[in-house]
Amino acid sequence: MKTILLLLCITLSAAAVTAQSKYYTKSGKIYFDATSPKSPENVNAVNKSVICVLDSKTGNLQFSVLMKGFEFERALMQEHFNENYVESNKFPKGEFKGVISNNGAVNYAKDGVYPVKVSGKLTIHGETKAIETNGTLTVKNGKVTATAEFVVTIADYKITVPQLVADKVAKTATIKVDCMLDVLKQ
Amino acid sequence: MRMFFLLSMLLYSIAGAAQETEDLLKLVEKEKPKKEYVKYAFKSPRVINGHSMEFLAPGTMDFRILHRFGQVNEGFKNFFGLDQASMRMGFDFGLYRNLMVGVGRSTFRKELDAFAKYAPIMQSTGTKNSPVTVALAAGITMHTEPWADPSANNHFSSRLGYYYQVIVGRKFSEALSLQLTPTMVHTNLVPVSTQPNDVFAMGLGGRVKITNRIALTADYYYLFNGREKDFNYNPLSVGIDIETGGHVFQLHFSNATGMNERAFITETYNTWGKGEIRFGFNLSRIFQIKKQKQSM
Repeated sequence: MKTILLLLCITLSAAAVTAQSKYYTKSGKIYFDATSPKSPENVNAVNKSVICVLDSKTGNLQFSVLMKGFEFERALMQEHFNENYVESNKFPKGEFKGVISNNGAVNYAKDGVYPVKVSGKLTIHGETKAIETNGTLTVKNGKVTATAEFVVTIADYKITVPQLVADKVAKTATIKVDCMLDVLKQ
Repeated sequence: MRMFFLLSMLLYSIAGAAQETEDLLKLVEKEKPKKEYVKYAFKSPRVINGHSMEFLAPGTMDFRILHRFGQVNEGFKNFFGLDQASMRMGFDFGLYRNLMVGVGRSTFRKELDAFAKYAPIMQSTGTKNSPVTVALAAGITMHTEPWADPSANNHFSSRLGYYYQVIVGRKFSEALSLQLTPTMVHTNLVPVSTQPNDVFAMGLGGRVKITNRIALTADYYYLFNGREKDFNYNPLSVGIDIETGGHVFQLHFSNATGMNERAFITETYNTWGKGEIRFGFNLSRIFQIKKQKQSM
């Protein structure tokens, strides 16, 4: 009986630790810029309702974003982005599922700025590619801010840019991520 | 007992391992989808001649240049109609997601026109959704031709016409959009006395998307009254929408010359039956007047 009780205690305490180990947001930001150097118009957009969940115990890091939520300066560009490029009705979401490879170096209990290496799989337009990037985790007052910047090649995701607009839309897009995460209460 | 303990430990560790690869996003993603408006039912706020269920984005201006050439069956003598052209130049403005206004001027009868289009209901998915868009359009036209008989007692109001439309449309799929547009056109002074001042018509418009940038369109108005045999006809236009970067080209064939509702509904004097069709195009160029807020 004692053993069972002990076991129960261990299990419960372990569960409690697990519960506090996850961080999340539903209002993270992802910004991208695919402006060609000679373009007269900026081809960039921001999405302010990015979902991000981080499991500090395992270092697992996942993002989900609705493609329709990207806001452009020009409405027509936004229409073309959704209708012709990422086809957001067919592929509504962009997702990243990865892991912080040096998660052990981050002390989530102590305020500080921790450089991290993240690798995982990025899915856009129904195409999944492995990516790796450097980023930072900033721990402050129990909150974690995740930032990163990386470059993707548009053609990798089977998004075709017509010759006609090749002078405006670059072959690569710089993606910036900025998510402030709160403790996930389960 | 010991056995049970070991088994529990094992199960616990398996559960722990399973947790590592779990879908973390499921923990926070909402089950209920939010209300979302169905957009891009048509490439343009016009099917071909008539209004479509689509609206301009707020803060944009659509500069439209419309051409209707002569009859194709005139043959080589008039280069299949291309020697003659009738045109309309227009400026449409998107004010809100469901409100737009526009002005234009046509060479046909030197006519000015202005309209407003408002959608109280827009097709949407998610919570509180609607299967259709219901939009109301109202317009006024004013021809500025010299009076046929300058010595007569001419009234300014004789130059005016009005139209009212209800547009009920649905984007059935990515490829197919259809709409019905019951319409009333009132003309203060009709060209011939046998014509009624009020003409009622039912419009039917549709789009079939072929590729992301090319679509087939058709635009038809059936007149319930005011049609006289061998005089005027129901306007039918079929065309193709081609999108190239900042432009939409609407190339089409039509038996109508008019480019505002009063003109193409009540004054279509040609018929497809005799091959009296015309080539025409609408060129639409969207300008962003007020830039959308967009900051990190």
